[in-house]
Amino acid sequence: MTQEHRKAKKFGMVIDLDKCTGCGSCMVACMAENNVPFRENETDKLKSITWMRVYKLTNGKPYPKEEICYLPRPCMHCEGHKGHSPCVTVCPAIATDYDMDTGIVSQIPTRCFGCRYCMAACPYHARYFNWWDPVWPEGMEKSLSPNVSPRMRGVVEKCTFCFHRYQLALDKAYAEERRELEEHEYQTSCTQACPSDAITFGDLLNKNHAVYKLKKSTNAFRLLEKLGTNPKIYYLSSREWVRRAGDNYRPGEGTGKIKSHH
Amino acid sequence: MSTEDENIKEVEAVEPAEDESSRLKSENPGNGIAGMTVLFFTIGFAASLIVGWIVFPNLLYSKKEQPIDFNHVMHMEEVDDGCESCHFFREDGTYSGVPKLDQCIDCHEEIQGDSRDEAVFVEEYISKGKEVPWLIYSKQPDCVFFSHSAHVRLAKMDCVTCHGPIGESTTLKTYEYNRITGYSRDIWGRNPENMLGLKKNTWDRMKMNDCAECHMEETGRKSSVSTHKDGCFVCHK
Ligand code: HEC
Ligand code: HEC
Ligand code: HEC
Ligand code: HEC
Ligand code: HEC
Repeated sequence: MTQEHRKAKKFGMVIDLDKCTGCGSCMVACMAENNVPFRENETDKLKSITWMRVYKLTNGKPYPKEEICYLPRPCMHCEGHKGHSPCVTVCPAIATDYDMDTGIVSQIPTRCFGCRYCMAACPYHARYFNWWDPVWPEGMEKSLSPNVSPRMRGVVEKCTFCFHRYQLALDKAYAEERRELEEHEYQTSCTQACPSDAITFGDLLNKNHAVYKLKKSTNAFRLLEKLGTNPKIYYLSSREWVRRAGDNYRPGEGTGKIKSHH
Repeated sequence: MSTEDENIKEVEAVEPAEDESSRLKSENPGNGIAGMTVLFFTIGFAASLIVGWIVFPNLLYSKKEQPIDFNHVMHMEEVDDGCESCHFFREDGTYSGVPKLDQCIDCHEEIQGDSRDEAVFVEEYISKGKEVPWLIYSKQPDCVFFSHSAHVRLAKMDCVTCHGPIGESTTLKTYEYNRITGYSRDIWGRNPENMLGLKKNTWDRMKMNDCAECHMEETGRKSSVSTHKDGCFVCHK
């Protein structure tokens, strides 16, 4: 017997950089939602764990021509070619995997043994290593979310598109004997926390979801698209220098279409 | 369990040698070395299996009694809503799991009978407002996500398929847990043959493969790029 299948999804995000004020609410919401550990001293950012991280870009020009843009960076959930995203391809343990039903790159920390190939392979620095066991300030362990399993030292973790929220939304839908979710039933924590509505989340394949239309904007671009990572985070910016920065062109390099060699 | 591993290697090493010796035998009658090798190998193998399946599990697992005993059959006669009176779905689709005092208090505010378990239950828990620390046989590791609504509501599966006849029991069985991981023994199975990968009943074990096998049969999903089975995030969180 084969059960009736749910339509395949491709969850993704469109982040409007014109709206982002760099306030960092998404970062905070993400840490709280996903039991992300932190330390007393977070000055060494190379060792900080930030599934969602806001970067500051500048156009490099002196005042008064200087311009600033903030760029929130979750995991890009790269599809690569047929699900062979950079990290999934290199993982020797299948601790990270690509799901064709959701388009989500999963990370199972209990399976990970900490070789960190995936971190080296990820061109977006979206993966983080736990150098220590998490230590929560006294009493805080009581406020951890039971829906996200905390990690231990020696394993890699990253943004999961708040996958547990999808599980819980489906749980509710199943109890009502339906299989499909409404757009609003599954939203990531950062999306909901953004005070300026810069982040939009949904199914990139569903014509009725906001992301479907937004990603077609002429201002839309993805980070380092020319590497062929095929990411599912789209950015919008009306400023050309931002779009060029996102694609990481060197000065003087054209932004035209890349020729495919295969 | 290094003895078992060594034996497995030995099997690989012995097999080709056996082929060769049987060929030699026809040319050179009276060569009993192969026979002796097989004999000693078999004795050693059997001994390590006994150690591995009987002695070792007994050392590995520790036993604990439930805080109080509970009689499902007797209670099923008392309640109105069947299993749902105590094990029900919450409004958000999550499963209530083992009952809280709320499900007992209507009947047990005062001691009704003369069973010792009931007396303990009322005195130690009900009157102190303290929840019973039930030991959960089916408890999965923290990183596992399980959905009762997917199986019970959507796939219309019976409790027995995964839990066995606990609902028809008159007493709670002894809880056993792995000394190293702390996980309940029911996950990996209680019987020696479970470790061989065999099981008589669907509920004998509920480890990753048991979930995945049924999912393969029932849903046929192959969404994982790496395993061509269910994606990891179906069952993990
Ligand atoms: C009056 C309340 C009540 C009713 C009605 C009831 N149960 Fe239970 N059930 C309990 C209690 C108490 C436990 C003990 C919890 C434990 O196993 O630690 C339990 C445990 C269980 C467990 C074991 C859970 C685990 O893994 O530890 C299963 C399975 C179960 N019940 C199934 C059923 C089924 C099936 C029915 C209906 C035929 C049913 N129950 C009706 C109260 C009830
Ligand atoms: C519908 C009423 C009702 C509910 C609800 C109920 N019980 Fe009972 N329970 C009884 C009755 C009646 C007896 C039998 C008393 C006797 O004659 O010994 C009993 C007996 C018991 C006993 C002693 C006998 C045994 O070994 O099972 C325990 C312990 C017990 N109940 C626990 C619970 C717990 C725990 C819950 C909540 C999960 C619960 N009961 C919910 C009616 C109820
Ligand atoms: C597909 C297999 C399956 C079916 C069918 C199923 N269960 Fe479960 N049940 C599980 C698993 C697995 C767990 C452990 C979940 C966990 O630890 O995350 C569990 C947990 C439980 C628990 C303890 C939950 C807790 O942590 O408090 C109870 C009670 C229970 N089930 C009762 C039932 C009853 C009653 C039914 C029938 C209506 C049922 N189950 C049907 C697999 C199943
Ligand atoms: C005996 C068969 C069987 C067993 C055993 C079983 N499942 Fe399932 N499970 C199903 C079926 C059938 C469905 C699909 C329900 C549907 O979509 O109609 C399902 C669906 C699910 C879902 C929801 C999937 C989704 O797409 O949202 C989760 C989560 C799940 N199972 C987890 C588990 C876990 C964890 C275990 C082991 C502890 C397990 N299952 C054991 C049959 C089983
Ligand atoms: C069908 C459900 C299901 C799927 C799909 C699944 N798992 Fe599991 N997994 C489980 C269950 C149930 C357990 C706990 C029982 C056990 O240890 O076998 C588990 C245990 C584990 C453990 C051990 C955790 C611990 O704390 O002991 C690891 C590691 C793991 N799974 C990794 C993965 C990876 C990686 C994938 C994807 C390739 C995956 N799982 C897919 C159900 C599943």
